[in-house]
Amino acid sequence: MTQDENDIILLAHGSGGKLSHELVENRFLPFLSNPVLAKLDDSAVFEVGGRIAFTTDSYVVNPLFFPGGDIGKLAVCGTVNDLSMSGAVPLYMSLALIIEEGLPMKELEQVLQSIKATADETGTQIITGDTKVVSHGQADKLFINTAGIGIVPDDINVSGAGARIGDKIILSGTIGDHGIAIMSLREGLKFSVPVESDCQPLNKLVQQMLEVSSTIRCLRDPTRGGLATTLNEIATQSQKGIFINEAAVPVKEAVRAACELLGLDPLYIANEGKLVAVVESSEADKILASMKRNLCGKDAAIIGEITAEHAGKTIMKTRLGSSRMLDMLSGDLLPRIC
Amino acid sequence: MKFVDEYQDNELAGKIASEIATLSTIPIKLMEFCGGHTHAIMRYGLRQLLPENIEMRSGPGCPVCVTANADLDKAIALSLLPNTIVTTFGDMIRVPGSYSSLQQARARGADIRIVYSTTDALEIARNNPEKAVIFIGIGFETTAPTVAAAILRAQKEGIENFSVLSCHKLTPPVIRALLESGEVKIDGIICPGHVCVITGSRPYEFISREYKIACAISGFEPLDILLCVYKLVKQIENGSPRMEIAYSRAIKPEGNKPALKLMNEVFEPADTVWRGIGTVPCSGLRIKATYQCFDAAKIFKINMKPARENKACRCGDILRATATPVECPLFGKACTPEKPIGPCMVSSEGACAAYYQYRRPEKEHDAA
Repeated sequence: MTQDENDIILLAHGSGGKLSHELVENRFLPFLSNPVLAKLDDSAVFEVGGRIAFTTDSYVVNPLFFPGGDIGKLAVCGTVNDLSMSGAVPLYMSLALIIEEGLPMKELEQVLQSIKATADETGTQIITGDTKVVSHGQADKLFINTAGIGIVPDDINVSGAGARIGDKIILSGTIGDHGIAIMSLREGLKFSVPVESDCQPLNKLVQQMLEVSSTIRCLRDPTRGGLATTLNEIATQSQKGIFINEAAVPVKEAVRAACELLGLDPLYIANEGKLVAVVESSEADKILASMKRNLCGKDAAIIGEITAEHAGKTIMKTRLGSSRMLDMLSGDLLPRIC
Repeated sequence: MKFVDEYQDNELAGKIASEIATLSTIPIKLMEFCGGHTHAIMRYGLRQLLPENIEMRSGPGCPVCVTANADLDKAIALSLLPNTIVTTFGDMIRVPGSYSSLQQARARGADIRIVYSTTDALEIARNNPEKAVIFIGIGFETTAPTVAAAILRAQKEGIENFSVLSCHKLTPPVIRALLESGEVKIDGIICPGHVCVITGSRPYEFISREYKIACAISGFEPLDILLCVYKLVKQIENGSPRMEIAYSRAIKPEGNKPALKLMNEVFEPADTVWRGIGTVPCSGLRIKATYQCFDAAKIFKINMKPARENKACRCGDILRATATPVECPLFGKACTPEKPIGPCMVSSEGACAAYYQYRRPEKEHDAA
């Protein structure tokens, strides 16, 4: 066995003893160090002012590395995006790892490197963390939890309840990329045009949108459950109706093909770098144009509007011109039989 | 997207729909055999494009839905045996059996794995030689040949820990049983598309020949289905029922001969129980004695509690096309995709799931 192959996480790395300290000092700090974290006190102590947004999320993706990202990038983007959807500027994050013994050190380092790169890109800092190691079979390689803190500027009030009749609904780009990237990898499906996860931070796109308009009522990132579930959440929260046009929803050709093959609907597939915005109708074109200037929003499109009819429900005009309800995702996404 | 967009063309759909409306003068009842058809009809809102005198009924073409509770109970019991891995297509996992579901068994510790194909199940058997790996074989003529191929490969490679619980069913005998019962008057049948890719159109010719009922085979895109309805309406209006293929890009009258050969090598027809319909002669596929070492029903002896059904659930009537999902008192109330009572609300090919998921928005004054 090469030295590299022996360089793996052992239960002792989680014991709190010497190996644990070595792990933090030699593997974590070189990637993540900043003045607050480097103190290695029991808590991070820092100052913030104003209205605080606070969120947490856990990441258990399998496999750890996938086209377009990895669990580390996902763990930073997920939390940064949740903060951004409240209109907050993300500042600080915590990072907790649950590692299954036997994880190659090299893979851990790759994940840490990715966390560092993504945190830098978003302008956030990891200021506190924790590591646990569990025995073989008690976790699947690596689970991550992050929590994040951001500041919401005084004049920003973004909430699902804020949608008003006549508002337009903007989607920032193609749907289903992340879910299909993961599923094709897991199931060994290969496409002539490979599908990459859309995993990306949206904080800069959001800040840009908030700068051009003060009429952004609601922001949401359609992650698990997909676009359909997110639209239903907005309809329920605002007690308004939502009407969308299926033909206006951007979907990549390869994603559509994979969905056809697996019997899935892109409207229910997870995204990790897209947002839905509900905005004042008269400002919609201006906001859309500004989104399209950002790489994260280049495929943005107006997909529908808020209606007085069908309060709390989402209605979709199909490609054939008929209309039907668009429900939340129910249960797991499963492939069809024949 | 190539090969899909052509069959979802908005304008062409409108044209066919208006041709149908011009052609159709009398009230008729059509049955789409396949759950896949029901889903496409609901998903694309095709009924909104058809004139009101055309009524559509779902048929028994959902393999998960027609699996008898006793078979489902057997699958669950097998999953609870020690040193066993049960492999299944995903749809089965949430279907409630008499007392439990595979999903509940899995949550209690049974090793149940969702596979996309029988090849995956074989791979699991290869990788776990110390465990018995049982594949729950459900599905019609579409799936049975792939299961037969897996058994033949297991034999060739000497994979002794692989077996199949065959709940496979054949479609022509059940169509005959429904027509024989005379319970529901059907004017035309949209015959199964994927099944006919394997079987060809010939096994369905009896529908028009013996029962004088219009029939045509359809694909699963909205234009396929509209074209098929057009052909059926034309046959009915002209009083000239015959078998037509409205899915010629996929179906040959003689079907897929190598697939049929595989199926007939491993399986033989046997009487089987369909949920809601009862025992239909020679409508199931059992593993031939030559391959009994791969037959989970022969290998594992299990004591079963008698199967039972929820009396209020009307899945049986829906599968016989004597009722539509909305006529069931449980539909959308006690029975939803989150808390399904009958299989038709669970399967991605179930009629109730399609009616529920893709229901039309209620008119505001109705909703009050």
